[in-house]
Amino acid sequence: MGLSTTILLTIALAPLVGCVLAGFLGKFLGRAGSHKVTILGVAISCALSFYVLYQLTLGGAVEYNQNLYTWFQVGPFNASVGFMVDRLTAMMLVVVSFVSLLVHLYTIGYMSDDPGYKRFFAYISLFTFSMFMLVMSNNFMQLFFGWEAVGLVSYLLIGFWYKRPTAIFANLKAFLVNRVGDFGFLLGIAGVLYFLGTLDYATAFGAAPGLVGKTLQITANTHWDAATVICICLFIGAMGKSAQVPLHVWLPDSMEGPTPISALIHAATMVTAGIFMVARMSPLFELSQSALSFVMVIGATTALFTGLIGIVQNDIKRVIAYSTLSQLGYMTVALGVSAYSGAVYHLMTHAFFKALLFLGAGSVIIAMHHEQDMRYMGGLRKYMPITWITMWIGSLALCGVPFFSGFYSKDAIIEAVGESHRWGSHYAYFCVMAGALVTSLYTFRQMYLTFHGKERFTVVHGSHGHHDDHAVVHHSAHADAAEPSAHDAPHDDHHGSHEPGVLEHAPKESPWVVTLPLILLAIPSLLIGFFTVGPMLFGNWFGKAIHVEEGDNVLAELGREFHGSFSMALHGFSLIGPFGLVLLAFIIQTYIYLFNPAMAGKIKSALKPLWTVLDRKYWVDNIYFAIFARGGVALGRGFWKVGEQGAIDGAMVNGSVSVIHRIAATARRLQSGYLYHYAFAMILGLILLMGGYWIVDSGFAGPGMAGQ
Amino acid sequence: MNPQLLQLICFYAFGFVTVAAALSVITLKNTVHAVLALVLTFFSAACLWMLIDAEFLALALIVVYVGAVMVLFLFVVMMLDIDQERLREGFVKFLPVGLIVAAAMLAEMLGLIGVRALHAHVMGADPAAVAGVSNTEWLGMALYTRYLLPFEVAALILTVGVVAAVALTLRQRADARYETAAQQVKVNARDRVRIVKMDAVLDYETKDSPDHSSQGPQP
Amino acid sequence: MITLSHYIVLGAVLFCIAVAGMFINRKNVIVLLMSIELMLLAVNMNFVAFSRFLGDVSGQVFVFFILTVAAAEAAIGLAILVLLFRNRSTINIADIDSMKG
Repeated sequence: MGLSTTILLTIALAPLVGCVLAGFLGKFLGRAGSHKVTILGVAISCALSFYVLYQLTLGGAVEYNQNLYTWFQVGPFNASVGFMVDRLTAMMLVVVSFVSLLVHLYTIGYMSDDPGYKRFFAYISLFTFSMFMLVMSNNFMQLFFGWEAVGLVSYLLIGFWYKRPTAIFANLKAFLVNRVGDFGFLLGIAGVLYFLGTLDYATAFGAAPGLVGKTLQITANTHWDAATVICICLFIGAMGKSAQVPLHVWLPDSMEGPTPISALIHAATMVTAGIFMVARMSPLFELSQSALSFVMVIGATTALFTGLIGIVQNDIKRVIAYSTLSQLGYMTVALGVSAYSGAVYHLMTHAFFKALLFLGAGSVIIAMHHEQDMRYMGGLRKYMPITWITMWIGSLALCGVPFFSGFYSKDAIIEAVGESHRWGSHYAYFCVMAGALVTSLYTFRQMYLTFHGKERFTVVHGSHGHHDDHAVVHHSAHADAAEPSAHDAPHDDHHGSHEPGVLEHAPKESPWVVTLPLILLAIPSLLIGFFTVGPMLFGNWFGKAIHVEEGDNVLAELGREFHGSFSMALHGFSLIGPFGLVLLAFIIQTYIYLFNPAMAGKIKSALKPLWTVLDRKYWVDNIYFAIFARGGVALGRGFWKVGEQGAIDGAMVNGSVSVIHRIAATARRLQSGYLYHYAFAMILGLILLMGGYWIVDSGFAGPGMAGQ
Repeated sequence: MNPQLLQLICFYAFGFVTVAAALSVITLKNTVHAVLALVLTFFSAACLWMLIDAEFLALALIVVYVGAVMVLFLFVVMMLDIDQERLREGFVKFLPVGLIVAAAMLAEMLGLIGVRALHAHVMGADPAAVAGVSNTEWLGMALYTRYLLPFEVAALILTVGVVAAVALTLRQRADARYETAAQQVKVNARDRVRIVKMDAVLDYETKDSPDHSSQGPQP
Repeated sequence: MITLSHYIVLGAVLFCIAVAGMFINRKNVIVLLMSIELMLLAVNMNFVAFSRFLGDVSGQVFVFFILTVAAAEAAIGLAILVLLFRNRSTINIADIDSMKG
């Protein structure tokens, strides 16, 4: 039994219809109408995605791979639109549509005061459509289309508040950094086309073993292994999209976008496209040990060092953003050790708990009247208990406490890295272990600063304004106050005329449209790992979708020691291992933030140099600015001065004119106007011509004449 | 005497005269003398053509060139009041250049012609005589058959030349009187003659003489 | 015995005399025109000689045409000369440089 084309098309197109309706007809639909059509579209997709997953898992459906439409055909090369739906795709569909649906729902509450309400719904529906096209693609071309489309929507949504200079700066930065990755991605696709002659997944993967031994001559006399080059190029694309070091700089800045977007695009789904892509390309990546080592080292670096930055951030969203970077690093490490299932599994669990954390942070931000600085929070747990509890669930999942979903995926990754014998795996193992400690450090710090301890804000009952009016004013005021600064280290957003930490109403729990998604996300964050770890991670649930060479299958080795998720969790409580680190972090942070708040300042001043390094994010942004931005400007100025004004204007345009002018000025002297000068020139020419003939062929005329 | 030797002697004689006359053309001070030297050149050239049986062209050269073109030259030279001295300016100055150029050219031409190779080309029988016709008929046969169209074009060129020469030199002199043909054609009787009707009998017939009764055109 | 080269060489000599004439009489238009006539004569000489020695009538036909065109050319040239003299009161080429670039 196969999957029906109609269902798959409906999944992909329902959000697009919602987007078009809300985007172009929003004026007639109104605010409520806009969110209704888009939510309906995504809800349909979500329901059908669950149905597809059910069919593929339990219904016995075989995987779907079919071209639906041929865009163009050039010789043997065929660019078409088609769907390939196997269990990997189905899982992604469910994650994307489920999180997207909840974010749609949540947006009703979060964006209720925003003038761009309808536009926002149109964008996120467009995003959902693009993401579906990306994950359902059966060829590289469509993958690239979806890839760029989600990038576009990401750009649009980071700059959603387009009057804020910081938002415009951030979306431009995201777009440009992603271009770097996309360039590599395109080169990779070109390499696939060049060596395998097709862009179709199934054909390309089938022909992939033929790549072994082929080399590519990039510079003279250097032979590069074709598979390695292709895979690294493809992975550079993933580095851009999934924000791996050194292309990670755009993700923290993308927090300028509205919080639901941070949850949906910049945490749960879009940024994981790179992970999904590499998992999808596993038949290619398995051909190159070097490329996988590269992937692993990059991922390990990202996992540890971006996590460290998270410890010093004060903006609640930025902490989660750096946590996202770090977790993406974990997934990348898993890819690097051939534990593709582990990566994708972590992708899924992460999508749930990270979306939960972001939406929870959004809920806090609503309660704090769009104050994002944690230094002005504290003690919020008694005002917003649902948010508090759900965020703790998310945080524990993030830290990898046994029985929570994050534990199963993250622990499996750490174990898999430990099992791996690939070059660089020792470094990676150190990074992921240290990363577990770091993750717990920033997570507990964030939770304590936000929900526990003393209240560091004051409530002043202002004389003016209803809350709703205030919020509208607030955004525009924010735009004026914010500065387009290159680095944004301590993110003290002073909100309009606000004194930081001064609220006009006491914080209160968010409305049900906000809390419902939190609860719905908290459930899978808590439980999904326990129920799915067996089949998905160790049970070869993905089947043919993921290909691992026999010798490198670390998950299979782990699977031999797997005796059910319960025992795995119990085993996880061992103090020699990640859980010990989590516990250590818990003790440290609990002591510092609950019992001895002054300690934080002391530690900070004691470790001032380290703190500065982290606060400045290793100066990566500054380096990029100095080299690429300044360099680009200098290069442009150079081209302008030397190339445009000097070479083109000066030498080519004016130069040719002046050369012609000079030649003409000289030549006109020859035009004396005296006939005898012209006659002399003629005769001179005649003499030269005859002399030439004479020299070249002195017998030219003689024998010729004689012959007649 | 060997007729061929006689022919050769004639060639050298006329050739010497031709070259000498041509040199005079370019060196003589007086332009009228130069024109006369040119006439001599054409004459001797015509004789040279006679030597190789081109009678028609030789005579045409004399009739057309000497008879018409050269006379025209003479007319023009004599008609124009030319300052001969000014025109001779630079004669000595440019003499070396002219000689060098001419000598170089001659050397090249002779080298290209390959004099030795052409010595082999002995004059055969006269092709006209072989065809059993006179030289004029031989030429005419070609001219009026194969070359009829160019022949007519040549006639057209001559006509155009005549018209052009006249058109160029024709001018209206301010001190001469002309009749304008166009105005003469355009004239109407009305402009010249006015018919006036008058009564046959005057009111005061008693006073005037009967001559007044006669009708005529009024001035 | 007369050969082709006699006539050809004579033609070449006439031509070079005409060239020299153009150089040394560069001021006098009438002599220039006469030099041109000399050049044409040299060419005609060659044509007639080739025609006779190769037994081909075309050469003489061409001479006929050259004579025709040269007559027309001389007529027009002299007409221009007269016009020139009438307008500028000189036939000195050194005074005629309105084609100067």
